[in-house]
Amino acid sequence: MRIQVNGRPRDVSATTLDALLRELGYEDQKVGTALNQEFVRDKDREKTQLQEGDAVEIVTPRQGG
Amino acid sequence: MGAADPFTLYHAPLRSRLLLGTARYPSPAILAEAVRASACEIVTVSLRREAGGSRAGESFWGLIREIGVRVLPNTAGCRTAREAIATAQMARDVFEADWIKLEVIGEEDTLQPDVFGLIEAARALSAEGFKVFPYTTDDLVVAEKLLDAGCEVLMPWAAPIGSGRGVNNAFALRALRAHFPGVPLIVDAGLGAPSHAVAVMEMGYDAVLLNTAVSRAGDPVAMARAFGLAVEAGRLAHLAKPMTPRDMAEPSTPALGRPFGDVA
Repeated sequence: MRIQVNGRPRDVSATTLDALLRELGYEDQKVGTALNQEFVRDKDREKTQLQEGDAVEIVTPRQGG
Repeated sequence: MGAADPFTLYHAPLRSRLLLGTARYPSPAILAEAVRASACEIVTVSLRREAGGSRAGESFWGLIREIGVRVLPNTAGCRTAREAIATAQMARDVFEADWIKLEVIGEEDTLQPDVFGLIEAARALSAEGFKVFPYTTDDLVVAEKLLDAGCEVLMPWAAPIGSGRGVNNAFALRALRAHFPGVPLIVDAGLGAPSHAVAVMEMGYDAVLLNTAVSRAGDPVAMARAFGLAVEAGRLAHLAKPMTPRDMAEPSTPALGRPFGDVA
C-alpha cells in the first residue's frame, strides 16, 4: 500500500499505525503520531487502520524556541 | 527574591523568571551549559519529523532530561489552528506534559501570530485541559479574548522572532501590563540584549522568554548568565519602584548651605 509518511510517498506492508512504526524502526522510540492531520494517541495506534493514500506524521522531540 | 517575591505559572512555583529556547546552539554541550549558567527552570522544545533510524530526537530528549529542567513544548511553524491543536496533542503524548507554547503563525516575513487561529486553538486546547502559553501580539483586545478562551498566561512579542530588535512598541507593552495586573505576562520574542530584558522587567513583566539572543551570541554561556542576571536586576528594579523621569534638572546635592552663595 502506498501512503505518505512525513510528507514523502512510501510503499508499506503495515495495515495499522502501530505496525507501521515497527516497520519503519520506531518501535522503541518516543514519537508523536497523526493520521490525516488528526492526532492519534499512543494507545490507539494498534487499532488505527491505514488506507491507501493516507498521510501519516511521525514526530520526535527536537530543539525549539 | 524567592519566597519574598513568589512567581507561579499555572500554579507551578518558580524561582527563575527566565525561560530559554533550545534551538540554534553551536552544540548540545553548549546548550546544556547555557541553560545551567542562566539558572532558568523552563526550556522550550519542539516536535519535528524524523527519518527512521536517525534517533536525533531520542538523543536531544535524553539531554534535556539530563539537564533536569521543565519543558514547555511549542507548536512552532503551525499555520492553522488545526495544525497547532494536533501538534499540541502530539506534544502531550511525547513529553507527558500539558503545558504548551501555542504558536499559530499568520505572516511569513514577521512571523506575526494569526491571532484568530490562536484564539480558536487556545479555546480548544484549554477545553482539553492544556495549560496554554499563547505567543501573541501586544493587542489588548486579543489578550482579553485569549484570557476568555482559558489562557492564564500571556506571551506578547516585543519584536519579530529572532530579530533582536528589543521592544518595538513600549506603549503597547505598558498598556498590556496596566490592563492585566494580575495575569502573568511573559515577553516572548524579539529581545536581543540583556538591557532589553532589564527594560521589560522594569516595566513589570513577570518573565522573559529568549532563544536566539543567547544561542547566536559569540559566547552563548556567558550571554545566558548575563540574561539571567538582567532578568533579576530588572525585577528588583521594578519592585524598588523606579523614580519618575522629569524634563528639568533637579540638584541631588542640597542647595542649602553651599559655599560662595548668598546667605538667606
